[in-house]
This record gives sequence, C-alpha cells and structure tokens, in this order.
Amino acid sequence: MPRIELKNVSNFVLRNVNLDVRDGELFVLLGPTGSGKTTLLKVIAGLVEYEGSVLFDGKPMEGVPPELRRIGYLPQDQVLFPHMDVASNIGYSLRVKGRPKTLAEKRVDELLGMMGMMHLKHRYPKNLSGGEKQRVALARALASDPVVLLLDEPLSNLDPITQQYLRLELRQIQRKLGITCVFVSHDLEEAESMSDRVGVLFGGEIQQVSTLSEMTFSPKNKTVSDFIGALNILNCRCDRVLGGLAECDCDGKTILVPFEGKPVRKIAIDPKEIVIATEESDIPLPRVNVFKGEIVSIAETSSMSRVEVRLENGVLLTSVVAKETCRSQGLAEGKGVFIKLKLKGMRTSD
Amino acid sequence: MKPRDWAWIAPISLLLATWEAVARTGAFPPYLFPPFSRVLVTAYLLTANGVLIGNFASSLARVLVGFALGSLAGLGMGILMGYNDAVNKAFHPIFSILMPIPAVGWLPLLILWIGIGEALPITIVFLCSFFPLLYNTSTGIREVHRDCIDVARTLGASKREVLKTVLLPLALPSIFTGLRLEAGMAWRVIIAAEMVAIPSGIGALLVASESLLRVDVIMLCLMVLSVMCLIFEKALLFLERRCVRWK
Repeated sequence: MPRIELKNVSNFVLRNVNLDVRDGELFVLLGPTGSGKTTLLKVIAGLVEYEGSVLFDGKPMEGVPPELRRIGYLPQDQVLFPHMDVASNIGYSLRVKGRPKTLAEKRVDELLGMMGMMHLKHRYPKNLSGGEKQRVALARALASDPVVLLLDEPLSNLDPITQQYLRLELRQIQRKLGITCVFVSHDLEEAESMSDRVGVLFGGEIQQVSTLSEMTFSPKNKTVSDFIGALNILNCRCDRVLGGLAECDCDGKTILVPFEGKPVRKIAIDPKEIVIATEESDIPLPRVNVFKGEIVSIAETSSMSRVEVRLENGVLLTSVVAKETCRSQGLAEGKGVFIKLKLKGMRTSD
Repeated sequence: MKPRDWAWIAPISLLLATWEAVARTGAFPPYLFPPFSRVLVTAYLLTANGVLIGNFASSLARVLVGFALGSLAGLGMGILMGYNDAVNKAFHPIFSILMPIPAVGWLPLLILWIGIGEALPITIVFLCSFFPLLYNTSTGIREVHRDCIDVARTLGASKREVLKTVLLPLALPSIFTGLRLEAGMAWRVIIAAEMVAIPSGIGALLVASESLLRVDVIMLCLMVLSVMCLIFEKALLFLERRCVRWK
C-alpha cells in the first residue's frame, strides 16, 4: 500500500501543506470545522484543484483522474446512492470498471458476508439505519480493492454505541488489509482509539503531526494546545505498580494513574474529567485521587466555567464544569473545594 | 384495485346526476345547458360519423409529436446545462428570458414565420414542452449532492458513467415532474392554437360548435380535453413509479 506525500499543497483553503502518511498507517486528521480537513482529503482523491504535489509511493498524482487513483472515499453525508439497493451500491465500482458480472456478484457476496450484512442485500438505503449505511459504504469502498482509504468523519452522525463498535470494526479491517488510511475527525476520543498518528489542521495549515500522546504532552503551539483541550500536565515519579494502575508521586501528592506497561513521568489530565465539590461528601466514592484546594479563578464561556484550583501542595489544576453546576454549588474565588481526578481523563507519558 | 382507487366514482356520479337533474328542470334553455344524457348521445353520433375521431386524432398526433420532440430537446439541453457549467452560464440567461413567455404568446409570430399548417401547432407544443423539461432536468442534475458525484468518481466511474449511473437516475423525479406538468399544458396550448389558427382538431371543433350554438358539442370537447389531460398525467405517474422505485 502506498505512502502518501503532500508537498507544498495550496488551494482556496489549504496553505502550503506538507504531509507524509506512512504505508499502511491509519492517520487521523484533526481540526475544527472549516479548517480544511475535507478539502485535504479531496486533494488526495484528486477531486479539487490544487497547487503543489501529491505523491503515492513517490509517484506524482497530478493528471491522474480520481477514478484511476485506486481510492476508497467515504464522505460524511450522502454516503450511499439512494437509487441503488445494497448489492448494487457495493458492486458499483466493479460494474463501472467492467468486471464480469459473475465475479462482481461473488465479490459483493464476499463483502456482505465479511460485514455480516447478507440480510440487507436487496434493501434500499432509505430502509437502512445510520450504522448499516456506513458499513455498506465501507464495503462499497473496499469492493474494488483500493490502496488508499479516505474517510471523512464517517461516524459523526451515529449514536455513541454504534460509533464505538464501528471504530473497532474499521480499525480491524484497516489492519487486516493494511490499507493506508486518512481518517478525518474532530473528536479526540475517536483519534485516540483509532490513530497510529494524528495531524492537526487549522486555518488550512498543518500545525503538528505526531502521536496523540506526543501532542498531548508537547503541543507545538497554542493552537494545538487549545484544540486538544489545554490539559493539566503534572510531572511525577511512579514507583509502585498495582495491577493496571501505577502509584505516582506528584509534588508530594499520591495519584493513581492507568498503567500501560511503560514508565510514567508525566500525567495529562483532561479538565472535563475533574469533579469539583465544596463538600467532601459530594465527591463520588471511593476517596481515591481526591484532593483539597482553593479556587484561584473562574472564567466563564457561553455554557462552561473553567475553574482554576490551587492544591495544598501549590499545584494548579483546571477543571471545566457546566456553568449551571458552578452556580448551583456556589463556587467562587477563594472558596475551599475538593476535587477528584477521574482515571478516564488521564493520559501518561514517559 | 383497492377500494380507495374507486373513491372518485361517487363524487363524479353525483356531479353528473346534478347536472342532468338541473338541466331537466327547464330552468335554462336546452340549447344553452343541455343535460348530460344529450352530451352522451352527441358523443355517440359524432363518433359514429367520424367527426369526433378525426378531430381528436389530429389533436392527439400534434400533441404526441410536439411533446416528444420538445421533451427530447429539453432533456438533451437540460442534461448539457445541468452537467456543464460553461454551457449553463452561456444558455441560462437566454432561456431565463424566453421561458416566462406563454407558449400561446408565440402564436402570432409563428403564424408569420412558419405559416398556418401542421408545423404550427407542433411548434407551439414543442415550445410548451421544451422549457419546463429543460428547467427540471438541469435543476434535477444540479441538485444531486456533490458527495454522490465525488464518491462515484473515486469508485472508478468516468464523467460519462457518473452522468449515466448517478446524475440522470437521481434527476429522474425532477424530470418526471416536468413531464407531468407539460403533458397537461400541451393539451391546453394545442386547443388554443387550433381555436385561433388551425381548421382541424378538438380546438377547431370547439370554435365551430360555438358559432353553431352546439353547446352539447362544446361540452363534449371539454370532457375529451379533461380526460386526455388526466390520462397523460396518470400514465406518466405510473411510469414515474416504475422508474423511481427507490424514492
């Protein structure tokens, strides 16, 4: 499967983009709405005009039309042709490429079997659920054995449970087939569960390319740091391992963190995953990772409040809570509070 | 057929019965408001002597030829304009000026340009059919979601295959709407053209009947016109349902 390189790519949205997606990698492209993620996918697919160069395995793609690039493309909306049933949708690429009918039918059945969708074979898209549509679209993209898979927020319109299931399925299929894949998302959780590496695109420019962990602990600039949520970063020393947890000392406070078999020297804590309460009894049990502190400042946005708390050891932590919660708990600057760090919101690094 | 498919019979029967009853009260002179039964007898007599069939066949042939030519031309031009931005930019302003002109409005000009003859009503029906289909086809194609086209291209379809397998099938509902609209309109304009300038056809029979005070024949002609509009519309609706099953 090819390595994809973009060299000095610019157009009406993108500005001098240089990117290298490795062979067989699942690369997640992150960025806010309007940052140019979809346009970048379309550049790789050859669907929009651009200046610069796109290379597959070092071979320039300029002048190669989309139908000859061996690409599987899943857009965010309108994923299926509404006038074709499931079998016709999946077999579309084989038909337009003039493959023999019997071979095409065999391939369609093979893909339907692989995705466990044989019972949907003759249904029209209007009679499919959102998850089923996405799986049919994936099967259709895989039907002609693409070497590059371009996925444009394919799961964003689905319910959380289906999203989780399809992420897993998608990742397994991508690994099994070894297809080079560029996956557009604006969801960090999605990026974390799927990516080999991630890239942050903002204002048409690539801000950083690295693993999500590297990005979390060493954001290249404020744009990246703001996008991934300005996490709380603590330096620590972890000496004890307790099963799946590690006991770490952070400036005199003992914090339990998820242990992934690697040394831990830094902890990143998502501000949204820090519980804050004025009474210790309001903190959910057990009393682990619970600390006392004092509110230093409160900054409000349209619906959320960023509450900065100084712990007894002088460490500053930021918690993000709903504005309503902030009011109902009577949180104010100078007030003593208790905080609990949820394991879910922690990432570790060496 | 389901019971609801026959639901139209009761109100129509009631209308005809009321018509018959009112006409037979003698409140109006029979030559101005003949009963329905009189119109039926006239229908039989004019069918038997070939007058109705002859005039009807003339009108039907003109509608079919004009409708077919206008639809094909509108479809072709609509496809070009819907698919190609340059063609659309070049022709859209011109057609935008011409489209609002009622088909019958062309009549005086066409009488001077092509004279009174078979070509005249056919040209009028052509014009009446061409513009709606042109508009509906180009709009139908242009409204296909861009992602559908992009996906088809990445799946290996050439531009021509995208047109054939994605754009045209997805534009079909809009094309059929245009066809249904123009089918009824074609009958209306052919009658108008025949009334003004052509000596044969249902329209000409209407004008002749008016001067002879044959209200029964006028009513018969109007009923034929109404039935033909309905038949055309239902036939196209049937065809649309067969072709656009996915909708």
